[in-house]
Amino acid sequence: MSAASEGLDSHLVVDRGAFRLDLELRAAAGETVALLGPNGAGKTTALRALAGLEALSEGHIALDGRDLDRPGSRRWTAPEHRGIGVVFQDYLLFPHLNALDNVAFGPRRRGLGRSAARARAAAQLDRVGLGELAKRRTRQLSGGQAQRVALARALALDPGLLLLDEPLAALDARTRLDTRAELHRHLSDHPGAAVLVTHDPVDALMLADRLIVVEEGRAVQEGDAESITARPRTDYVARLVGLNLYRGRAEGHRLRLDSGGELAVADPLDGEAFAAFRPSAVALHPRRPEGSPRNAWPATVTGVHRHGDNLRVQLDGRLHAVADVTPAAAAQLGLGPGQRVWAAVKAAEIRAYPA
Amino acid sequence: MKRAAAAVAALTAALTLTACGGDEDGAIHVFAAASLTEAFTEIGEDFERANPDASVVFSFAGSSTLAAQIGEGAPADVFASADAATMDTVVGDGHASEAETFARNRLVIAVPEGNPDGIAGLGDLAGPGLRVAVCAHAVPCGAASQTALEAAGVELTPATYETDVKATLAKLTLGEVDAALVYRSDVQADRDGVDAVAFAEADAAVNDYRVAVLTEAANPDAAEAFVAHLGSEAALETLTAEGFRTP
Amino acid sequence: MTAPAAPTDRRRGPHRRRIPVALLVPALLGLAFLVLPLLGLLLRAPWSTMPERLTEPGVLAALWLSLRTATAATVLSLVLGIPLAWLLARVDFRGRSLVRALVTVPLVLPPVVGGVALLLVFGRSGPVGSRLDEAFGITLPFSTAGVVMAMTFVAMPFLVVSVEGALRGADVRFEEAAATLGAGRWTVFTRVTLPLIAPGIAAGTVLCWARALGEFGATITFAGNFPGRTRTMPLAVYLALETDLEAAIVLSLILLAVSVIVLASLRDRWTAAP
Repeated sequence: MSAASEGLDSHLVVDRGAFRLDLELRAAAGETVALLGPNGAGKTTALRALAGLEALSEGHIALDGRDLDRPGSRRWTAPEHRGIGVVFQDYLLFPHLNALDNVAFGPRRRGLGRSAARARAAAQLDRVGLGELAKRRTRQLSGGQAQRVALARALALDPGLLLLDEPLAALDARTRLDTRAELHRHLSDHPGAAVLVTHDPVDALMLADRLIVVEEGRAVQEGDAESITARPRTDYVARLVGLNLYRGRAEGHRLRLDSGGELAVADPLDGEAFAAFRPSAVALHPRRPEGSPRNAWPATVTGVHRHGDNLRVQLDGRLHAVADVTPAAAAQLGLGPGQRVWAAVKAAEIRAYPA
Repeated sequence: MKRAAAAVAALTAALTLTACGGDEDGAIHVFAAASLTEAFTEIGEDFERANPDASVVFSFAGSSTLAAQIGEGAPADVFASADAATMDTVVGDGHASEAETFARNRLVIAVPEGNPDGIAGLGDLAGPGLRVAVCAHAVPCGAASQTALEAAGVELTPATYETDVKATLAKLTLGEVDAALVYRSDVQADRDGVDAVAFAEADAAVNDYRVAVLTEAANPDAAEAFVAHLGSEAALETLTAEGFRTP
Repeated sequence: MTAPAAPTDRRRGPHRRRIPVALLVPALLGLAFLVLPLLGLLLRAPWSTMPERLTEPGVLAALWLSLRTATAATVLSLVLGIPLAWLLARVDFRGRSLVRALVTVPLVLPPVVGGVALLLVFGRSGPVGSRLDEAFGITLPFSTAGVVMAMTFVAMPFLVVSVEGALRGADVRFEEAAATLGAGRWTVFTRVTLPLIAPGIAAGTVLCWARALGEFGATITFAGNFPGRTRTMPLAVYLALETDLEAAIVLSLILLAVSVIVLASLRDRWTAAP
């Protein structure tokens, strides 16, 4: 029973007329949950509600068994009394304070004396590897350094819940890699719960123990990295993880697609189902392929662009799909927009799972 | 852009021109001491009635201010000052050749209606707890007040030295002071709620009101006519009614 | 040394582009319009008799009184005006736009009328003034405190308008960040909001002080004119104008010089701060 009350237990409902967020969100102590979703899905609203910067319309927020917001019984805890650490999207380091005093800000408010708060802040900065930049003004910090100061500031209060809003979005690709690895280490060390908001699937997959995909204010898929990448349930997730995804009705080895047409699948199943395959599983032929592939359809190339070492080809036709082909294969086919080709996928390459 | 600039220019020109309109209309521009406001307004109307072709435009202010404006080339035809000294500087600077005295004014002690503090003379003003407003030494009524107080041998610490006689009286009508040293004509003009207490030492500080046609007058004949009108029966009557003494 | 044809023109670059005539001409006209009257004062100043004029006792008393009262009025404006600006910028209440309009009334009102209005309320027979007099024996008209009040009345709106603008421009998310770090509303205000809008406060303070220093109409109406007690520099200038133009010019130049020196030295201090 005590295990149930550790960490975050919330049902976030924020009603803004045109937009409604309705999301159940739990995170055990020591666990990191990522909210993944497109812009405007309500991720940041969820974070603001947790931090107390926005009030719930319905539902509840409880942290370690303590109610922070429960409109039903008129309970509300102001942000300054929640003990929740927040790393904001563009960090929001106070421009009038140096790095050390930014981190010492929280401990000072907790009643620590100036020197005690600074000592604690210095230790926290050391932990993120910025001990020697303590006296820097925030505008003299690089993006990666500012991110780490913001993290140190949020962690300085040993929060029961740590919230991170797009913590890596403002960084360039190179810094992002290092910072992500380091952030992962700090999240692993953090004894409390953590909720991370991001629209970048790589951040979510690398940093979180569990993912919740949010679209239009609702959770559309939830699970660990593996299950989500293997079995996407919405076009958004499929695009994120780079899979072709179709929905339809399965009868044994045949899946009738909602969009028309059908696919032959290797694993038999019945009822509403998804089918997914990798772009590299799609083979392109100049004319109808002979022999084995049971899934073959005529398609028109609508776009070609580089994707890693290969070329990614956008296909229009009975099935919308993307295909990855080698530059050599593309040259052989003479691929270009408007080109008519045949696309084929082996049944064994298609993963089908119940909806 | 060009059209906008033209519009701004046109608007500016229109606003400025209407502001200084009437320069060439043959009006008599009279610069007169503030204490003459009521008397001259009435005399001016009377003059216009007698001379349908003429129009009189007044500018009332402290005598010294008006003198300074005349010195800087303000377009005036007639100057009427509240004391001889100010007129002397204007004549001395060559802006007028001769000036004549057309009225006299005496100081009185203005008190709230009914004279609640029972003030009978200048000596009472120095009483404890009494707040008095007088004019600053730099302006004619202040100079006159100082002369009168010295003649009476009264050491007075007023609450304030006001910049002109109207402001001095305003402090009394607003109830901020218990007494004010002002001209008889001001109390006459400000009939409501104020009584005047005359005092003997006022004789030592009678103000001569002087008037002159200015040498730069754009309209010398009409200006002469207005100055002549000040000696008329009707004008003298108005001045007397407003509390002035006539020579 | 022949100039190379290659683009090594030193005037190249974004900061060296030609200034548009449409901006330059009105800018210079505007500058001339503001500076020429000052030049007029300087040309007419009686430089030979300047030393003895400066040391006349009344001059120093008026200057000292002006500096003291303008500074006191500025402090009072800061204490009352910053919270008022905060209220207007951050609290959504009914009739806020009306209140905002009321705050700027003293900017529009002729100062003399403002002085009369102050007398009607804080004067001896005014509803507030009469009670102050009865209860504490305090009378504000004709006192140095009255000068400070008159100055505050006309100058505080400049501060409120500047600070409100700064507050509206400031990013409220910094305040939210401070709240998540355990700061209550008051602490957020003092530790985050005020430092963030410091430039706006500084600009408002300068405007406020300068306006208070030049205050004439409300002061002479509400506080009267008594040497050493309520005769500030602008009053001394006005009185000097009645008798002696040169004295008035000298007094004006002193007031100008002192205010320029004070503001310039403060600005250096502000910009020197990192």
